[in-house]
Amino acid sequence: MTFWKRFATNRGAVIGLVLLAAVIAIALLAPVIYPGGPWKMVQRPFLVPFTTDGLPLGTDTLGRNVAAGLVHGARVSLLVGLVSTVMALLIGVPLGALAGFYGGYVDEGAMRFTEFFQTIPNFALAIVLVAILQPTLGSITLAIAIVSWPPVARLVRAEVMSLKRREFVDAAHLAGLSNIRILVSEVLPNAVSPIIVMASLMVATAILLESSLSFLGLGDPNIMSWGYMIGAARTVIRSAWWLSFFPGLAILLTVLALNLIGEGLNDAFNPHLTKKGRT
Amino acid sequence: MNFLKTTTFLIAAGLAQPLLAQDAGGRVDIVVQPEPPSLMLGLVQNGPTQQVAGDIYESLLRYSTDLEPQPSLARSWEISEDGLTYTFKLQEGVKWHDGAPFTSADVVFSADVFLRETHARMRSSLAHVASIEAPDDLTVVFNLKQPFGPFIGVFETGTMPMIPKHIYEGTDFANNPANATPIGTGPFKFESWEKGSFIHLVKNEDYYLDGKPYLDEVYYRVIPDAASRAVAFETGEVDVLPGGSVENWDVARLTGLDNTCSTGKGWEFFAPHAWMWLNNRQGPTSNPLFRQALMYAMDREFVRDVVWNGFGKVATGPVSSKTNFYSDDVTQYDYDPEKAKALLEEMGYDGEPVRILPLPYGETWQRWAEAVRQNLQEVGIEVTIDSTDVAGWNEKTAQWDYDMAFTYLYQYGDPALGVSRNYVESQIEKGSPWNNVEGYSNPELDKKWDAAAISPSPDERTRLYDEIQKEIVNDVPVAWLLEIEFPTIYNCNLQDLVTTGIGLSDGLRDAWIKQ
Repeated sequence: MTFWKRFATNRGAVIGLVLLAAVIAIALLAPVIYPGGPWKMVQRPFLVPFTTDGLPLGTDTLGRNVAAGLVHGARVSLLVGLVSTVMALLIGVPLGALAGFYGGYVDEGAMRFTEFFQTIPNFALAIVLVAILQPTLGSITLAIAIVSWPPVARLVRAEVMSLKRREFVDAAHLAGLSNIRILVSEVLPNAVSPIIVMASLMVATAILLESSLSFLGLGDPNIMSWGYMIGAARTVIRSAWWLSFFPGLAILLTVLALNLIGEGLNDAFNPHLTKKGRT
Repeated sequence: MNFLKTTTFLIAAGLAQPLLAQDAGGRVDIVVQPEPPSLMLGLVQNGPTQQVAGDIYESLLRYSTDLEPQPSLARSWEISEDGLTYTFKLQEGVKWHDGAPFTSADVVFSADVFLRETHARMRSSLAHVASIEAPDDLTVVFNLKQPFGPFIGVFETGTMPMIPKHIYEGTDFANNPANATPIGTGPFKFESWEKGSFIHLVKNEDYYLDGKPYLDEVYYRVIPDAASRAVAFETGEVDVLPGGSVENWDVARLTGLDNTCSTGKGWEFFAPHAWMWLNNRQGPTSNPLFRQALMYAMDREFVRDVVWNGFGKVATGPVSSKTNFYSDDVTQYDYDPEKAKALLEEMGYDGEPVRILPLPYGETWQRWAEAVRQNLQEVGIEVTIDSTDVAGWNEKTAQWDYDMAFTYLYQYGDPALGVSRNYVESQIEKGSPWNNVEGYSNPELDKKWDAAAISPSPDERTRLYDEIQKEIVNDVPVAWLLEIEFPTIYNCNLQDLVTTGIGLSDGLRDAWIKQ
């Protein structure tokens, strides 16, 4: 069975993929769909959804188009999710790989450093970082990356440690390849599948983290995001439910899609595990 | 409004009784937010303290919603023709809550000794006073060094509360144990204070006005969360939500409830005036054309209607329309984006970005900043919002590290007390977010501000303030936004809740419950 066939046997994963593709398409097309931007005050405030032409999801406390906010917010959520995950991988993968491959003092040092970050609750650390750095898109992305990399380092270390004892690695040594070359071209490519699975879940976590920060008012005030929309709607939740409902739904669907994809990837990469699990 | 007249004001207390007979008795629960640090009004004058202590303490005068002085502990008063001598006749038969008689000696002690030591704002007004005398038990005379028109406005409870001499004389005011059980002359007596929960006041049976107060007891309730306060009102647990105790967005929903009334009155004396500091020293905001363009670019009526739920009035200049000597004979900056664009064109605006510093006081102010940003972007100004907390806001405004910064300040009834401080050059000093933060300098106008403060003639003051307003509005030293009204929401059975320009902070002397 090919990879894609195995992936497609998990129906949830396919649904997730379709959802994510839709969100990505919407994010890319945002400037085309709503060229006026998400902040434009277009109509009376507090218009109920599905009552006004051109404003399918109603308007918010300032008369801004909720649909425009959602569409533009998708860009921010995906961007923050992707970029912070890539940054976390860039920190976590090399650190974990070096620790796992060389062992000894390198391993000790790298793992104690990792544990230092793991002992501080993720969200608390992210809040502190954003508060110190001033909330901007860059600082939020950085903060999320900084709190997300330790599990990556752990995972990669474990993978590398088991891989480095395999025979093909010994063969590479005998062939006279340098340690770094072995690590990069022999070991790591074989550790990629769990990293990909984890990364897809990290994107979801990053989106949730960004939303939580914005909800608490620690978002970039110049950028429309889903968390900001919910945070701003919190005080009117009893009179205007739709202001928090739709962005909440958007976060739910996107995060769900990413989790489904993650599971599908896991199944596709580890067909034996899947079969055992299903019987 | 002419305060300085040689005629004696003789307004008998209780003359303006409504035809309806008041029902006596009952209990009222009012939200106080946040919990006051102390109830000793002579030492602490912040909002919550004054709201509660306004029932316990009184001053010589109260002020109507037109800021006309009304009798309180003073029965009548007289101002000499030269504006130098203020003579007050006190009410007869007034007693402190512990039974001791209230006399002119208490007035002299309060103003000359106690408040001079403890009350910074009062102290600066007392700088105009040469001496305070008590020729007899019921007469007090203030002799001024020079005429100071606004002086008639300092006899308000939060500015000059009457402090019992027999308790405080010769003691360490700040550490007197009596501070925990405040003694005043007011309509309600302090009964108990359950920290974090409620403050209980009971009717003063010996109050000098017959039949008043009508209520038997008042509970000031401490409820830390805005949503819980709204719920407490909905369930009838509290009867009054003072201005600012629920989020602005909840006001419309709450006022739509059955038997729920609201009023924007009761803030005339303070006249909270909102504007954006515009940094006159640097960047595009140093150009008057740019500042005028800002005024035309902003849809201030929209903000009033949407962000403030229709409460308040678009500000026309530095003086609130509720404050004395207000003039509307000034350039009107109506919403006109085309005019704003033309002005930007004229100055040659090159797209240099400007920053907005919102006031970190909750969602209302954040939305306001977003609306302004959108307005400015639509006329082509590059603008971003800085995020900040209270400490950061204070730091940035006090150190002049901003382009545009939201704020609002009280006016205390007279331009000399609450307006000129933001525009005269002598008030340019780093470190305070309440002085001439924008760095506006106009020596010609400074002379007029100074002359207007000490002119003995009200006509002369009116003329000077008219000229000042006309000129300063053209310069746009700051971007005036809104005369803020904080609506008080209350159960409609409560009558005469807000009767003066000081509102709830003037106490519940006249309030009663319709049975």
